[in-house]
Amino acid sequence: MAFFISLILVLTLCAASYYGAEAGMQWLFGMTIPYLAIAGFVCGFAYKIYSWAKSPVPFRIPTTGGQQYSHEWIKNDPLDNPHTVSWTVGRMLLEILTFRSLFRNTEVVIHRTEDGPRVAYNSARWLWLFALIFHYCFLVIFLRHFRFFMDPVPFFVRGLEFMDGIFQIGAPRLYQTDVLILAAVGFLLLRRVFDQKVRYISLISDYFPLLLIGGICLSGIYMRYLSKTDINAVKTYVMGLFTLSPVSAEGIAPIFFMHLFLVCALLLYFPWSKLMHLGGVFLSPTRNLPNDSRMRLHVNPWKPPKKYHTYEAYEDDFREFMVEAGLPVDKPLDKADA
Amino acid sequence: MYNAKYIMPGLVIFLGLITFPLWFNVLSCTRYEAPQLALPEDQQECIIDAKVMRAEHMTLLNDWRDKYVRDGEITFTAANGKIYDMSLMNTCMSCHTNKEQFCDSCHTKNSVYPYCWECHIAPRGNQ
Ligand code: HEM
Repeated sequence: MAFFISLILVLTLCAASYYGAEAGMQWLFGMTIPYLAIAGFVCGFAYKIYSWAKSPVPFRIPTTGGQQYSHEWIKNDPLDNPHTVSWTVGRMLLEILTFRSLFRNTEVVIHRTEDGPRVAYNSARWLWLFALIFHYCFLVIFLRHFRFFMDPVPFFVRGLEFMDGIFQIGAPRLYQTDVLILAAVGFLLLRRVFDQKVRYISLISDYFPLLLIGGICLSGIYMRYLSKTDINAVKTYVMGLFTLSPVSAEGIAPIFFMHLFLVCALLLYFPWSKLMHLGGVFLSPTRNLPNDSRMRLHVNPWKPPKKYHTYEAYEDDFREFMVEAGLPVDKPLDKADA
Repeated sequence: MYNAKYIMPGLVIFLGLITFPLWFNVLSCTRYEAPQLALPEDQQECIIDAKVMRAEHMTLLNDWRDKYVRDGEITFTAANGKIYDMSLMNTCMSCHTNKEQFCDSCHTKNSVYPYCWECHIAPRGNQ
């Protein structure tokens, strides 16, 4: 169900922008919405980070996969259980660049043996592999797109394009990242659809971004290899947007506006969705804090001054009543008065 | 806000990078001119309609190369029955005589670097 609702949502976005642009609303899908989407993304992203930064993280949360630093003669594992800032930076880098936590992913399987079923935990690295492929392809594709956003084209684009099309298949040259990202999105999607356990916990907010990104990639690939959109007209148009002096969208096929609109939808959806793990991963308390709970004194940072009401003061307040009720008191009535 | 001294710079750097094309183009007062093609003066028609050519020239040349080199097919018949040599140098470049003013004017602006010229010698007009 969640899958089909997401699919219908994405198809609706596609149809609205495609037919909208065809009907002459290029200014809406090609200018108004992109500007709104950029503003929405920047503000939403900043707001989200700010709202997270408001939560205090008063103590270390050492969920570790390694031996803590203690005595010299006990070998510790500084990358998994760092006790200094620099090792923690190392752990963060590995997490962000190589998805180390995901590498530890396991799956539960049940072996049927003669003595009945037995549970086993296997390492499951497919998710890690395809997630890694997906993210790096996305990055390369995003960076390659800078040929449309700037003039002269930034220095890194040419090298990326060369490496990406190094097999020189066809013309325009086939980019490996285009093939790989489709394979990766496909895997991540099929995993949710066909693995019963994952499907059970999958929501619209899981399918929708995958399908949206899949739609962006498919429409981009369609433009490059099949319909051959007029790149010159696109660059002139996009440069108009990015120099704040928009030009007419003459001669650009509706499919471009669909591609662009799906990207805008992604930008607007981004800050309010699970995709915010882009910023959130940097704020993970279990990853970004050194495990030095036992080496340093951690003082509660927002510790309020406490008001104490001691037993002595309490007795002073109620001595007469206590004596009257026959309760024992530390200071008898006559002494307390003096 | 906690740990602002780490989070704020991170946030500013990220948003700065991701919006780089926008503010850089605006601050540097970039003005983009669509490339102007130097079209042949003495010719009226291309071997295919110019509009199709604009989209499909790379596929066509790629096909030509494969047909010529692998299948020994050496001529191309246009829609109007005219027969041309399948040759980048002798057909295309005989009208479009200047690579810099024709091919490159779009290619460079859009970061397209075809490997045609790793084998073929680019004509440079009358120089
Ligand atoms: C989330 C961001 C985006 C993703 C993931 C994405 C993805 C893709 C992919 C996979 C392609 C296929 C060709 C290639 O890999 O270069 C493509 C092509 C294209 N994209 Fe995007 N795109 C994004 C944003 C944009 C934006 C913002 C624009 C324009 C304002 C744009 C304009 C184009 C155009 C014109 C093509 C055709 C390129 C060609 O024919 O060579 N894309 N896109």
